[in-house]
Amino acid sequence: MASFESVEVKEGVDQETVDAVRDVGGAYKYGWETDIEMEYAPKGLNTDIVKLISGKNEEPEWMTEWRIKAFNRWGKIGEPKWSMVNYPEIDFQDQYYYARPKSMVEKPKSLDEVDPKLLATYDKLGIPLKEQMLLAGVEAGNDAEQGERKVAVDAVFDSVSVGTTFQKELKNAGVIFCSISEAIKEHPDLVKKYLGSVVPITDNYYATLNSAVFSDGSFVYIPPGVRCPMELSTYFRINAENTGQFERTLIIADKGSYVSYLEGCTAPKRDTAQLHAAVVEIVVEEDAEVKYSTVQNWFPGDEDGNGGIYNFVTKRADCRGDRSKVMWTQVETGSAVTWKYPSCILRGNESQGEFYSIAITNNHQQADTGTKMVHLGKNSKSRIVSKGISAGFAQNTYRGLVSMHPKAKNSRNYTQCDSLLIGDKCGAHTVPYIEVKNNSSRVEHEATTSKVDDDQLFYCRQRGMDEEEAVALVVNGFCKDVLQALPMEFAMEAQQLVAISLEGSVG
Amino acid sequence: MLKIKDLRVNLEDENKEILKGVDLTVEAGKVHAIMGPNGSGKSTLSYVLSGKEGYEVIDGTVTLNDNDILEMEPEERASAGLFLAFQYPVEIPGVGNMTFLRTAVNAQRKARGEQEISATDFLKQVRERAKSLQIDSEMLKRPVNVGFSGGEKKRNEILQMAMLEPKMCILDETDSGLDVDAMKLVAKGVNSLRGAGRGFLVITHYQRLLDHIKPDVVHIMANGRIVKTGGPELALEVENNGYSEILSEVA
Ligand SMILES: Nc1ncnc2c1ncn2[C@@H]1O[C@H](COP(=O)(O)OP(=O)(O)OP(=O)(O)O)[C@@H](O)[C@H]1O
Ligand SMILES: [Mg+2]
Repeated sequence: MASFESVEVKEGVDQETVDAVRDVGGAYKYGWETDIEMEYAPKGLNTDIVKLISGKNEEPEWMTEWRIKAFNRWGKIGEPKWSMVNYPEIDFQDQYYYARPKSMVEKPKSLDEVDPKLLATYDKLGIPLKEQMLLAGVEAGNDAEQGERKVAVDAVFDSVSVGTTFQKELKNAGVIFCSISEAIKEHPDLVKKYLGSVVPITDNYYATLNSAVFSDGSFVYIPPGVRCPMELSTYFRINAENTGQFERTLIIADKGSYVSYLEGCTAPKRDTAQLHAAVVEIVVEEDAEVKYSTVQNWFPGDEDGNGGIYNFVTKRADCRGDRSKVMWTQVETGSAVTWKYPSCILRGNESQGEFYSIAITNNHQQADTGTKMVHLGKNSKSRIVSKGISAGFAQNTYRGLVSMHPKAKNSRNYTQCDSLLIGDKCGAHTVPYIEVKNNSSRVEHEATTSKVDDDQLFYCRQRGMDEEEAVALVVNGFCKDVLQALPMEFAMEAQQLVAISLEGSVG
Repeated sequence: MLKIKDLRVNLEDENKEILKGVDLTVEAGKVHAIMGPNGSGKSTLSYVLSGKEGYEVIDGTVTLNDNDILEMEPEERASAGLFLAFQYPVEIPGVGNMTFLRTAVNAQRKARGEQEISATDFLKQVRERAKSLQIDSEMLKRPVNVGFSGGEKKRNEILQMAMLEPKMCILDETDSGLDVDAMKLVAKGVNSLRGAGRGFLVITHYQRLLDHIKPDVVHIMANGRIVKTGGPELALEVENNGYSEILSEVA
């Protein structure tokens, strides 16, 4: 099938991976916390809290009503139980639904005014929030010309967006990239038109909850014919304790446009679990193309399974126009529990959806993840490549739906689903659902499960690598097809993560 | 260089004795060949020397330059200079041959407290050494041994050996599966590494490899022991008469 041009992984990256792992020493390296004064809404969830969140964001009335509608709906439905994850019952009334740094109460007008503690947080995480200043000429030198690729960042800290870089340059290209709370105020027509049009408020328990209480997130609009001049990215950081994080991301690629979007996430180490329920909606119009890459590295809990993030996420792309394309790439290494199925609605004729996934679970982590490819348009194509790696006591499930509707004539799907087991106390499961309702479409599904091969490890060790280097190398090889689908910046990070998250899984 | 004394080894799972008292010393700069019937324990010896799991050493000692290696992890033995060219090289899907080589070279350098090799030096060395083994750049980019022909895998082992510059090289049937020309290439590769205080232990069934890599000493292994040791003429004797005469002689 015609596919997106893939990005090559640099030769020798594996060595750097190994070095990085050694430097980190195996710990979850984002587990520290920022000591900052916070403002909380009272614990628990009711109409008043929903109104309060809406009020804090200075939202127009239509938005408040939208939220309340979602909240009322949420009260009437129950949590889904069909996935292969087990976790103690979540007390939704024992959570904070809104937390923001006090310094963000008066929203800073530019990044210069942002609380240095917040800036330092992102600096420590390695997230470049400086680029804007660099452009504004605050920083001397001509670093920008050293051939580095620019990445615009929207940084979300607990419930609020701290700032978005490169806004001016993007604006010149006609691209809107800002926090969703800002978009609701500044671009209400676009938000009204598209919000909830891909993931309706009635969609599922967590999406409904998110619709009621989402605090912030990113908004992207690429106008017709525009190729976004740089990668866009959002970096989510949960800092506050006992606080759920509910981001909402809305990306609209208008006719013939292109954008590549990256999402990263981390959280401090805590011994109580934390809830994260995000919604991502992507609208892809005629001839437009969106690449959405995630490196999910929420705190996974400790070796004994205490703490960690419960990650219940609804991500969906609607390929509305003919020849529209979307590509999801995810590297899921964090979270105690992951429940996530980035999906493609292939409505347009000749539309294309791709899903590349690496899900790594170690210790007591559980992941139930996969995708849905819903073929509605003629000659639509989809491709699924899933690599699940399980170590320790972890459980890893691939759950995927491929559905060919009667009108989706001559459509194609190819699914490749590989599982790798490290040790004998973990599990891998593959649950494919396939529905084909016309006779000209074709669905291919291949699945393998294997154990990490002792002979391969011995071979690497005989050449001088220690056991963990050997595992990192072999597992990175196993994931190669997916790593290659990531943008360069993320490919490096992802390779390192693969290695780090498997620390302690052998020997 | 390599001193093996009365080495006795059981299979861990089965309590079955495979090596029944092996004595062997390879001096620096010398090439020793081991021949012997199928199943006599040659590969087992090479695995035990390099530290593969699944074997239990019940008696004996092995030292490399006077260091006891039986207590070392496989990677420590590798960094100490022990190299095994496998009888059946393993495939590692998705890992580029170059990446693998560089990771290995640097892992050993680090373990020895040396600086990492620079990217340019590494490339230069690989190209040069690959060329003399007629390994093309296409093969260097492919995943380690995946889809390589039998002969290509063996040449790749020799390339790794050339890059890692070990002190003590064990070659387990590197000649099997090689065509005549490839055998000459491999022999050339080995011969160019000869000398410089490097020891070789070449396991083979055939005289034809030893035509190209002239051994200093030839051992015959049978039923878990070295039963006879001699000069290059011993290999010729095997070639002409098989093992039965030698075995009945020592029985
Ligand atoms: N893991 C194992 N399980 C069972 N038997 C084993 C195992 N490893 C080795 N053996 C046995 O030990 C003996 C020695 O095997 P080894 O592979 O060392 O022989 P070899 O001399 O290398 O033979 P060849 O010339 O055929 O390569 C054989 O009888 C073999 O079946
Ligand atoms: Mg053998």
